[in-house]
Amino acid sequence: MMTSDRTIPTITIVAALALVLGFVLPEWVLFLSNVAIGKALVVLGLLLLWRCGVVPFGQALFFAGGGYGVGLLGHYYGITDIFILTIVAAAVGGGLSALAGFLLARYRGIFFTMLSMAFSMILYGVLVKTEALGSTDGIGLKRITVLGWQPEEQFELAMYIYAVLLGMICAVLMHVYLQSVPGRLSEPIRGNEVRVEYMGMSVQRLMHINLIIAGIFAGLGGAVTAFSVGHIDPEMAYWTTSGGFVFITILAGTGSVLAPFLGAVIFEVIRTLAFSYVPDYWQIILGGALLLSIFFLPGGLWSLIAMAKGGKKNGLNY
Amino acid sequence: MAIVIDGFVYASWIFVVALGLTLIFGVMKILNVAHGAFYSFGAYGAASLIGLYSQTGLPVAGEFVIILLSSAVIGLVLGYALERVLLRPMYGHDEVVLVLVSYAAFLMMEDVLRLIWGSDAYFAYQPFVAVGFVEIGELIVSNYDLMLVGFAITLGGAGWWLLNHSRFGHILTAVIHDREMATSFGVNVVKVFLITFILGAILGALGGAVTAPKVSVTPGMGVEVIVLAFAVVAIGGMGSITGAMIGALMVGLARAAAVHLLPEVELFAIYVVMAGVLVLRPEGLFTRVQARKI
Amino acid sequence: MWKLNSVMKTGSLAALVSLAFASAPMAQETMKVGVVGFLTGGASGPFGIPAQNAAELIIDAINNGDLPGAYATPGIGGLQVEPIYVDEAGGSTTQVTELRRLVQQQQVDAVVGYISSGSCLAVAPVAEELEVLTVLFDCGTPRIFEEASYRYVFRTAPHATMDNVGAALYAAGAMDGVNNYAGLNQNYAWGQDSWRDFSLVMQHLNPNANITKELFPKIFAGEYGAEISALLISRSDVLHSSFWGGDLESFIFQATARGLPLRLPMILTTGETVTFRLADKLPDGTIVGARGPHGVLANESELNTWFRAAYQERFGEAPTYPSYHMAQGFLGLKSAADAAAADVGGTPNTEEIIAAFEGLEFEAVGSTVKMALAGGHQAISETAYGTFRYNTDTGMPEIVDVVRYSAECVNPPEGQTSVEWLEAGMPGAICN
Repeated sequence: MMTSDRTIPTITIVAALALVLGFVLPEWVLFLSNVAIGKALVVLGLLLLWRCGVVPFGQALFFAGGGYGVGLLGHYYGITDIFILTIVAAAVGGGLSALAGFLLARYRGIFFTMLSMAFSMILYGVLVKTEALGSTDGIGLKRITVLGWQPEEQFELAMYIYAVLLGMICAVLMHVYLQSVPGRLSEPIRGNEVRVEYMGMSVQRLMHINLIIAGIFAGLGGAVTAFSVGHIDPEMAYWTTSGGFVFITILAGTGSVLAPFLGAVIFEVIRTLAFSYVPDYWQIILGGALLLSIFFLPGGLWSLIAMAKGGKKNGLNY
Repeated sequence: MAIVIDGFVYASWIFVVALGLTLIFGVMKILNVAHGAFYSFGAYGAASLIGLYSQTGLPVAGEFVIILLSSAVIGLVLGYALERVLLRPMYGHDEVVLVLVSYAAFLMMEDVLRLIWGSDAYFAYQPFVAVGFVEIGELIVSNYDLMLVGFAITLGGAGWWLLNHSRFGHILTAVIHDREMATSFGVNVVKVFLITFILGAILGALGGAVTAPKVSVTPGMGVEVIVLAFAVVAIGGMGSITGAMIGALMVGLARAAAVHLLPEVELFAIYVVMAGVLVLRPEGLFTRVQARKI
Repeated sequence: MWKLNSVMKTGSLAALVSLAFASAPMAQETMKVGVVGFLTGGASGPFGIPAQNAAELIIDAINNGDLPGAYATPGIGGLQVEPIYVDEAGGSTTQVTELRRLVQQQQVDAVVGYISSGSCLAVAPVAEELEVLTVLFDCGTPRIFEEASYRYVFRTAPHATMDNVGAALYAAGAMDGVNNYAGLNQNYAWGQDSWRDFSLVMQHLNPNANITKELFPKIFAGEYGAEISALLISRSDVLHSSFWGGDLESFIFQATARGLPLRLPMILTTGETVTFRLADKLPDGTIVGARGPHGVLANESELNTWFRAAYQERFGEAPTYPSYHMAQGFLGLKSAADAAAADVGGTPNTEEIIAAFEGLEFEAVGSTVKMALAGGHQAISETAYGTFRYNTDTGMPEIVDVVRYSAECVNPPEGQTSVEWLEAGMPGAICN
């Protein structure tokens, strides 16, 4: 029996609301929202991997890949069209994860985490040491154009609209995937891989595919972040960046494809407020929030919403 | 030749740092991200104490004692607090949860560090400078670094003896290989965990304390060292002291070779080695391959 | 229905968020200036804090009209200065975000800041996009105005080319013969450009000289054991380093502990900052620069006398070049704004200040600055180099054998990039 799934309409409504709000919110809030959506996209991919039972501490690799793809194309070839760059970022993210996936898909647990971290640190090392890639200074992005039109005055708003729409599309796509056969088979991997193999799906191939999907999303997240911030640097590939994504995943929970967006916004709000007003305490606040989440709200903030819906509190989805 | 010497020096340093991590990893199956915080607390503690001490005019030898004592105290306090308050309630859960808890603890401890010591750099060069240097061929090597090599070897030897020839070591080995079996034989695993964690914390703090005279102590040193320590542990295998030594050597030599021969790869040479080993032998070089339990 | 509920929740969340970030209404009587420097981390001790101290001192003096000479009028363009201090730590992307916050949330009228070349390269285009008047007071990479042109961005201090041409000229003059030289520079724009400029001049002065080692450790690496080993066996005559901040101090400590200065004298283009901090820990014979005539290398003037006395009294130590650079930034801004105010007969707007700033020549603390390059946006001035000695009689560090080089001797001319000028053998240089 299929229960009516109201996720897709909900996504559409939230996106529409966000778009309307975008016209009244101050520029600074728009900027933060763009950065949050960028992170949310990465976490969307993390959500998928989380359900498979692996915790990558190296999504920053694909995030940086997407961002650098965008930045380098603009810097060296003068390509600034937002649609081309988006496709490139997705391709870079997907390409890198396809390559990395050959190795990563074979591992689980701690070894997966460590190997994924190692890969992203390798990219970090390459980026820092290579002058052509900007080394520690990074690269400033050329102004983004939309099919030839250059949004001058309302740049932040234009980026916001694009980010919201892209976020909406990605959320819907991820939701559809999760409902599909490979998507539904991904979760049992966490509990018992042999069982999944018996059902006729190659676990390794499935993991590889999921890694590629997560990589694409992370690349898109890197692009959205790069568009708004206008600057990329090797820090995007550092393990603490990956840590931030994992953090949002825990904070938000994995109950729905909307959760990453909620989590990312809250994370960005906490981080920016804390950083501005109590710069000596912001890591304590973040760390404390993480601990509270793990101890008392293992399903993340989304489980609160699910509870309000009348559902059950999710357990830790590992 | 310079590569070999530099490699050994770097390896000794990272071995001292990583030893505690591999111990905790092997016994408790926790990848303790907070190890970086033990390290930086150890470094800051030693640096400020050495700074104070050097103004009293007492003999420099005392500063070495400070290094040992301060790390013991810091490791004891922090290790106990962290294990009791944060980790113990989570023991039933998946290993990944414990990693995340330790990551949260790490974040918080980094800020506590800043609140206590501020954000400036600390210098505690007195021990480093006081022992002078020696010429080996064309190279001038700091005696402090040579002492560090000796210290690392001693530590490794002591650890090996502890693990293989003491009662506690036998218990530890049993817990490393099969926790449930050990419990059924009457081992108080929770107590073993506590002792191990404290020991690991002390070693982490010790890693920081011996580093303090060599570098400028700044916030963020913990962040950088974690990945290096992880690399060593990953290469060597969980809970294996020999593994940690070999891992440290590989990392040290790789980095020294990179700096001297191909500086462009200096930063990621280590991670390439780590990735390489993980690909070939995911459990690390020196662990028994575990049969997959369904 | 929970759907409506969640819609309402999202709406109220957004409203709360906007309230939290609501920008303060702009006050008309003051000029809000964002002041950015390293307040935490290894660079804060030798750079960020001296710069911030100087900012506090100069801003108070400007507001009260305490400055001597032509600067005696209170305020900048008649407005009282209201500073907002921001930490430069956290990397380029964080700095870009912080600049946006300063402009979009805090609504500053101008920004004076940035020590690290990495920060400058990142924020300059963003400052231009946000149309905020930005005075880069310290960062040194020549790339800022050589790779792009800006309307809103100015740099009141000369760039690295001056420092490294001066270093090479001084080394060639002070040492008998430099046949082999090595470089230890941080691996980012400042370090890369410094080494490039230095080696180009060395090549020009002595085409037979060899480069023995070119080392580029990561900025803020902090540990240089392997690099020191490499240098020890490199058989070089001199070591060039543009290291600054905590890296420089760490390197000196570690190198001295292993006897490197006994084998290899050093040229430190930012050495003046550690002259007093490290005192007798700095090896005798080290060639030091102050990135201009600053600190003890400054020319005598009423302004210099006032500055040194006021700084010493307020902060208990002598000002070093980061302090001088910060003062220079504000003096340039004041000069331009006052000139614009005189022109329009009232409070000038940003465009008017820009017009006055371009090509401006103004008196800085102990030197004269000309905004001569990049269409009047990039400053040049003279420079000076000297040799460090620790005077065991007085127990004071000194810089002796000082040589000065005029601005036109060590800066490229308008219209040529540094590399073009250096590769061509520095045509048109007017040296004493």
